[in-house]
Amino acid sequence: MENRIVVKCKNVGKTFIQGKEENEVLKGVNLAIKEEEFVVLFGLAETGKTTLLNLIAGLEPVTEGTIEVNDEIVDGPKPNRGMVYQTTSLFPWLTVLGNVEFGPAVQGIKKTERRKKAQYYIDLVGLSGFEKTYPIKLSGGMKQRVGIARAYCNEPKVILMDEPFGHLDAQTRYLMEEEIERICAKEKRTVIFVTNNIEEAVYLADRILVLSDKPSHIVKEYQIDLPRPRNITAKEFLRLRKEITDFVERSAGEVDG
Amino acid sequence: MAKKNARDSRIWLSIQKEKKEKRKYVLISCASLLTFLLIWELCTDILKLAPSYAMPSPLKVFRSFVAKLYQTAPDGSTLPVHIGVSVYTALLGFLMGAVIGSPLGILMAWFKTLDRIVKPVFDVLRPIPPIAWIPIMLVVLGIGTASKVAVIFMASFVPCVINAYSGIKQTNEVHIWVGKTFGASRSQLLFRVAIPTAMPMIFTGIKVSLGASWMALVAAELLASSSGLGYMIQIARSVGRADIIIVGMLMIGVISMLFSAALEYLERRFVKGVK
Repeated sequence: MENRIVVKCKNVGKTFIQGKEENEVLKGVNLAIKEEEFVVLFGLAETGKTTLLNLIAGLEPVTEGTIEVNDEIVDGPKPNRGMVYQTTSLFPWLTVLGNVEFGPAVQGIKKTERRKKAQYYIDLVGLSGFEKTYPIKLSGGMKQRVGIARAYCNEPKVILMDEPFGHLDAQTRYLMEEEIERICAKEKRTVIFVTNNIEEAVYLADRILVLSDKPSHIVKEYQIDLPRPRNITAKEFLRLRKEITDFVERSAGEVDG
Repeated sequence: MAKKNARDSRIWLSIQKEKKEKRKYVLISCASLLTFLLIWELCTDILKLAPSYAMPSPLKVFRSFVAKLYQTAPDGSTLPVHIGVSVYTALLGFLMGAVIGSPLGILMAWFKTLDRIVKPVFDVLRPIPPIAWIPIMLVVLGIGTASKVAVIFMASFVPCVINAYSGIKQTNEVHIWVGKTFGASRSQLLFRVAIPTAMPMIFTGIKVSLGASWMALVAAELLASSSGLGYMIQIARSVGRADIIIVGMLMIGVISMLFSAALEYLERRFVKGVK
């Protein structure tokens, strides 16, 4: 069970066609993600990491290759893949509770049951007492907490996180990284986390997959075996961080040169 | 716990502040109304800028208002009857327009085929001012309630369609994605994502409609009618009763103010998370 493959990409490619221009974003992406693994997709801006995540979510069709989640070929969005988005994607007309229980509600789960579940995840992300608050009254960090609780509450097989902390200030971002660490320790899930922040990647990942420039594919893989929770000033942490930074700069340099 | 208490007290303070603001607002509103009446009084009874039969004083208008509550002269009905007829006609046309218009706008925005079928006709009818419908409605339906309801229907229908339509079109793509990743069906996307998104716009449409209905009604009553506030004003003009004209005008203002207040109350109940 431990090593079961949950997400598999075979030779995945994606080309966007806009008018007469073809924009090849992904080409020959191969990856396999194990159950309960925390994988970080790392890439600089414009490297198609969000596109890859959207493909896995089923929000866009692949143009080449196949993606399998749970041994099923992906051909559209499905509740077994939950997503946490970059910017605020909460429904402004629903309270925190309403947002978190949205998934179970859509699936017709009974009110008492879904309330209990939603409450558990609201407590888990540290928002107890805010159940009846509308998103407009929440800070950026709190909104992302709701987004995370909402994705978890639907109990998906895989949780996809698309730069969830990209729009937060540095301080809140550190705090949220610690929160994710805590939440993942308590509720083990398969997570694919997209970021362009190396420190964040090393702090959270079991494995980091580095995407190349467009058309992107996976150029390097780092297995991070540091004990959790990680200390971002530990020697080994800094060494890994530098190693990855050097690699990324070198490969970016090659393109420029 | 301490953190929670601090938050509660902050909320309490902001509620107190809001109450104070509200009291201040009421005070200023009363003052401005009084000033308006004073200036009116000054221009009529005191400075006599116009003869009193043409421009009656506020006191005279008030006396005529009280008298008109039970007197039927000069137009054959008491003021409550005129108000009743006007409100009934306006609400009937308005409700029909809103109940048919808003859903039609929603469906047009949601189903492309329907949009293509209905839009050309709608685009031709849309720019016709509601008042321009009065003559044809009078010819077809006569001067009874039906023709006025039909004119008001046209007046309220159009803004309801337009606002509901653009409200649905504003649905955030990410919200649709969220719904889809949670396994929402297409009808669930409509009812749980698109319509809640459009709610503020739908309400805007309904508010605009109500204003338009009332205007169309008074216009229709002025042109052809046998009762209602517009009719009362029209008769008062022909017999030179400026006081009754003003009573009628003020009634129109007050009633539409009450309508707007009722709608705003409903909006606060149904549109959540905006402010």
